[in-house]
Amino acid sequence: MPRPVTLDAFTDRYAQRTHGMTASEIRALFAVASRPEVVSLAGGMPNLSALPLDAVGKLVGELISSRGTQALQYGSGQGDPQLRELICEVMALEGVRASAEDVVVTVGSQQALDLVTRVFVDPGDVVIAEAPSYVGALGTFAAYQAEVVHVTMDADGLVPEALREALANVRAAGKTAKFLYTVPNFHNPAGVSLAESRREEVLAICQAAGLMVLEDNPYGLLGFDSPPVPAICARGGEDDVLYLGSFSKTFAPGLRVGWVLAPHAVREKLVLAAEAAVLCPPQLNQMVVAEYLATQDWQGQVAAFRGMYRERRDAMLDALTQQMPNGTTWTHPAGGFYVWVTLPGELDSKVLLPRAVTARVAFVPGTAFYADGSGRQSLRLSYCYPEPDRIREGVRRLAGVLEEEVELRATFGATGPLRAARQQAESPSPDMA
Amino acid sequence: MTAPASSSRFLVLAGGLSHERDVSLKSGRRVLDALRAVGVDADLRDADASLLGHLAETTYASVLVCLHGGAGEDGALREVLDIAEVPYVGATPDACRMAWDKPTAKAVAVRAGLSTPASVVLPHAAFRELGAAAVLDRLVGHLGLPLMVKPARGGSALGCTTVDKPDELPSAMVSCFSYGEAALVERFVSGTEVAVTVVDTGDGPRALPAVEVVPLSGVYDYSARYTAGQTEFFAPARLSAELSDAVASAAVRAHVALGLRDLSRVDLVVEAEGTVQLLELNTAPGMTETSLLPMAVEAAGLSLGELLRDLLHQAAARRVS
Repeated sequence: MPRPVTLDAFTDRYAQRTHGMTASEIRALFAVASRPEVVSLAGGMPNLSALPLDAVGKLVGELISSRGTQALQYGSGQGDPQLRELICEVMALEGVRASAEDVVVTVGSQQALDLVTRVFVDPGDVVIAEAPSYVGALGTFAAYQAEVVHVTMDADGLVPEALREALANVRAAGKTAKFLYTVPNFHNPAGVSLAESRREEVLAICQAAGLMVLEDNPYGLLGFDSPPVPAICARGGEDDVLYLGSFSKTFAPGLRVGWVLAPHAVREKLVLAAEAAVLCPPQLNQMVVAEYLATQDWQGQVAAFRGMYRERRDAMLDALTQQMPNGTTWTHPAGGFYVWVTLPGELDSKVLLPRAVTARVAFVPGTAFYADGSGRQSLRLSYCYPEPDRIREGVRRLAGVLEEEVELRATFGATGPLRAARQQAESPSPDMA
Repeated sequence: MTAPASSSRFLVLAGGLSHERDVSLKSGRRVLDALRAVGVDADLRDADASLLGHLAETTYASVLVCLHGGAGEDGALREVLDIAEVPYVGATPDACRMAWDKPTAKAVAVRAGLSTPASVVLPHAAFRELGAAAVLDRLVGHLGLPLMVKPARGGSALGCTTVDKPDELPSAMVSCFSYGEAALVERFVSGTEVAVTVVDTGDGPRALPAVEVVPLSGVYDYSARYTAGQTEFFAPARLSAELSDAVASAAVRAHVALGLRDLSRVDLVVEAEGTVQLLELNTAPGMTETSLLPMAVEAAGLSLGELLRDLLHQAAARRVS
């Protein structure tokens, strides 16, 4: 009797949390985006072409030659003290007053997300998140088997009344919500910001419910029109807010340096969890960031990034206005990287991605940003990496794809629900522009 | 044709711009490893705008095309290799075109006396002009249920949907047309699903042991194909000697009828009463860690690297014709 061919000897040994980790045809389709023929409006890679690379190179060389024995050595699990001091100065730009003692440096803010979820979430616990939400956070929550409850957003960000309702529903179901995960500034993927008038209300709702706020703020300094709005953390939420920051958008994502600001007791647990995960964040990278902040005009550089991204945002919004078929709507980001497009009629962004790939344009289907498989009628466009002319060309191609799909839907009418379930990897890998 | 300076260097092409680029890159990397493991001097590169310049500067004895879908299987890349006078493993452009177009391949197979599921091929325009509801209604009446809806040209099960109820058909058609202009709607045949690799290393095409495919979810879709552990494979397939011979014979006859060369994979279903139904042929079969051809090679007691090396040498020998 022939025996099965064994392709994975450990199939029966995997933890339950890995069950969603399967090959995804959606993710596979993004492979073409690395080819120059394709206009990728899918990835979220910052455009680093404006960075002063010679100065950074010199700085790295000098660090190694003058302080190499420290830079190449293990460091503190909590992170480099000098960098933590400088991080406090960065946070002060958004109104956050903090002690370096309460900052934990992490391997990008993605690791901070992982540590916070590890420390707070048991399988089956509820995490409240915006609808849509950051795909990297959803991946982390899935890994810890959290149940994500999405809360509606509008042009002013998270809707407070919807948050109240969600919390009431969670309580009524006898479940425990552990925290609200929110990206209040230039939301990924929605492109909207939480209105200043709502920030204290959202904080108050969470405080009244005993719910911690996980405030993820990678884009706060990338506003195009006005100075940064004070963070939720800066509004009397020091004891109730865990604040995540990152140098990935303001300096360089390849260094993988982010941080979490946490109340003392939580911070202690995060440090122990971080040591269990990575012992310490990369010392050299931390010192590079610290030296860059201390010696370079980093705020001038961020201003240059803002100018570049603003030009690209304008190119995308202009092209959308000129090209999109009737019934399509989109957000108007005042900063950050992303525009959230809502499709007309019954169009399904996941179904039309193959057609888009054929037309040599890529986007991320909206389903990537929901834990529950919804989001089919939306898609995320990113304007951070391509030049303005390429953005215009990409939107032109996308418009053609939408028109073909509108015609196809007109032919077949209402199709009913499609059966494919959400997989864990419906977004591009991090190294995709 | 005159042979240029001889070379012992070979080229594996992978990538391309089709929907199957990701699979192709995985195939290419695995093939490169297999070839290098048996001492073959091989390069791996994408089929992009720099390819012809590279081929003009670098002499390769022959090329192995691991591009799946699009130019890799529709004959276009092989046409270009022909005009660049670079020999390659596998079928000629004409044969690729026939195999790549599933309805054409089915028609050729039927003329060769093989069975293939009853089917209808329709472009989007036919539904638009004649009314989708009426056409779908007649289609179900003609073929019955369940159905398999798939792009007339494509691979890796992309755009394929099984349809059990009439109201599932419109969404299946929409998914299918996202991948291509024409849909092949087939009567769904259930039974033992097998893939038969056909190789010809100079002494005529022969079938390697059939590989039986048992997707745990019941559907051999993209996830089941490329996630190790989601599908059970049996190599050789759990078939009687008689049925094993029948699938091997069907595969070789299809390979010959289509005029294929060197290497192909033929996908078939053996129905409960023993009818062998041909589904499709592949002229650039997958070579990934979960692909069927490498399993067949192993089941035959062969080495993937040695087999591909022999085929590359055989292709190189065609340079002087």
